Amino acid sequence: MIHSAIPQPINAHPAAAGNPDIWELRLYVAGRSPKSVAAFANLKKLCDEHLPGRYTIEVIDLVQHPQLAAGDEIVAIPTLVRKLPEPLRKIVGDLRNTERTLVGLQLRPRPGEKG
Amino acid sequence: MTEPNIGERESRGLPKAPSGIAGLDELTGGGLPRGRPTLVCGGAGCGKTLLAMEFLVRGATEHNEPGVFMAFEETAAELAQNVRSLGFDLEELGRQKKLAIDFVRIERQEIEEAGEYDLEGLFVRLGYAIDTIGAKRVVLDTIETLFGGLSNTAILRSELRRLFRWLKDRGITAVVTGERGEGTLTRQGLEEYVSDCVIVLDHRVTNQVSTRLLRIVKYRGTRHGSNEYPFLIDEHGISVLPITSLGLQHEASDERIGTGIPRLDVMLGGKGYFRGTSVLVSGTAGAGKSSVAAHFADAAGQRGERCLYLAFEESPSQILRNMRSIGIDLDRWARKGLLRFHATRATLYGLEMHLATIHKLVRDFEPRVVIIDPITSLLQAGTQHDATAMLTRLIDYLKLQRITAFMTSLTSGDAALEKTAADISSLVDTWLLLRGVELGGERNRAMYVLKSRGMAHSNQLREFRLTDHGVELLDVYLGPEGVLTGSARISQEARERDAILAREQEADRKLRERARKREALEARIAAMRKEFEADEEEAVSIAEQEQTKEELLQQDREEMARSRRADDAEAPANPDRIPVNGIPAGRA
Repeated sequence: MIHSAIPQPINAHPAAAGNPDIWELRLYVAGRSPKSVAAFANLKKLCDEHLPGRYTIEVIDLVQHPQLAAGDEIVAIPTLVRKLPEPLRKIVGDLRNTERTLVGLQLRPRPGEKG
Repeated sequence: MTEPNIGERESRGLPKAPSGIAGLDELTGGGLPRGRPTLVCGGAGCGKTLLAMEFLVRGATEHNEPGVFMAFEETAAELAQNVRSLGFDLEELGRQKKLAIDFVRIERQEIEEAGEYDLEGLFVRLGYAIDTIGAKRVVLDTIETLFGGLSNTAILRSELRRLFRWLKDRGITAVVTGERGEGTLTRQGLEEYVSDCVIVLDHRVTNQVSTRLLRIVKYRGTRHGSNEYPFLIDEHGISVLPITSLGLQHEASDERIGTGIPRLDVMLGGKGYFRGTSVLVSGTAGAGKSSVAAHFADAAGQRGERCLYLAFEESPSQILRNMRSIGIDLDRWARKGLLRFHATRATLYGLEMHLATIHKLVRDFEPRVVIIDPITSLLQAGTQHDATAMLTRLIDYLKLQRITAFMTSLTSGDAALEKTAADISSLVDTWLLLRGVELGGERNRAMYVLKSRGMAHSNQLREFRLTDHGVELLDVYLGPEGVLTGSARISQEARERDAILAREQEADRKLRERARKREALEARIAAMRKEFEADEEEAVSIAEQEQTKEELLQQDREEMARSRRADDAEAPANPDRIPVNGIPAGRA
């Protein structure tokens, strides 16, 4: 439902929706703040590295669409939401800590965990 | 309700937003600081959320100030359900765009922190909700939940500081709730950020009795009551009762009201109690305290005044039945709405709660007379010190409202009669004492006025009788054996009557004797007088005889002279012829 509400999502990779291999990511930002800009740049770099060609990033600017904040329970900004694959994951911050971002996206096991 | 100490005169200073919560606005001199955040903190289940919600609902419905409730712990549906019992319909208010509820859910498990962030998302959501309904009030309940969901406390702290400033800049009157921490008001020290007004709620259980308490810890720019005030949560929401010792500022009334017992009126200077004073009746079990109370309630009904009867030991129907048996019909006043009973066990809840309940009843019912039967039961709901303090406040409050308070106090058999269990004797204005008198194998009742301020009152003991037409006061027999009542009094009275009769007969007898004596005396006097008269008559007759004798003698002499043909010396025929030596010349 959120897709339809977004007039112009900033898409990094136009990928086919509904593809189970495609990671659906959503980045909530507030305007063009330094943290928001940094978060998008960090995310893009990370996805290109770990999920080449298998992801979509939808950027939602809450300054323009404040009504969308409640949908994904957004409190902190920036917040990255992994809509797919399930389960839903949230990573808050400008994603400068790549390790933690990867752990948050479950692309890397939590330190101390096996896998 | 007015409270002179914490007046509304300060409302001119800081602008206030009326909370609409009964009692809280009086306590704060008009409400919460307008355009500023207020911190409401306390332990779990102390009523924070309810207070915050009522603040919003009252604002929306009574002060035309829509509000946003940002919930961190309960969903909108849960909240709506929780406050429905207080008569708040959140769904309807939501439809009318007067209230918006935003539930913010933060799950630690699904959140990873990777780098710098801020809480702009929260700001956006709140700002959006505020703008949508034009909110003037905001509740954040409980914002500390954020600390459970996010780990960077440095960021959270600075963001909270920013949030409160942001709310202030928007002119929002906010209520922020916080959970009580160890040694601090809130777990995260929210009190550091909210500097204008801090309210602490408490839910205390002492001796298995719970009391809700509210205390204003801080209110910048406003003089406020700093005590703990009990509050109630009932079907009309929260009511805070600013009840402390209200001081002695009540006006004394000169108006007198009847006690319902004519003879007792006479004992109290002929007119009864002063209006707006406190009356205490103390006595042992079965002394007739409740009957005196019932008479007073009956008298109030006859004056057309409302009377509130707080019964702590008997049910209303029991009281009505018992009073019917002594000829006092209280049903009619109950039916007319002039008499209201409130019967609870004293141990049902704490003293503060009792006080709060009584306040609420008085406020709702507006009685002129309040009967508390008995106050000693309240002792069971707290310590003696607490009970005394509570009763002091109650008496002061009632006096301020010019309500006449009538209390009964049960004295246990072995305690000194002139000592009330709760030691409130110095607080009461009129103290009637009922005592049992055991004599001659029966127990009777006696009553006297131990004190009655501001009136000349009888210092005499009266026999107190419960008859089928109510209480009767009779003179008692006072004699060398002490006070006599009941049959002892009756027999003593009979003895006295006999004695009086005997004395009367004796007096009669003496009177008759005297009469007889007088008669005898008079008879003697009469006899003597007769004797005297006889003497007198005799004396007169002797004198007469003497005279007669003399006259006869004279006659004899004259006749003798005549017979000696003496030309009487007394008729000289020739003046030249002067007799010499008494012998007429012619004869010589």
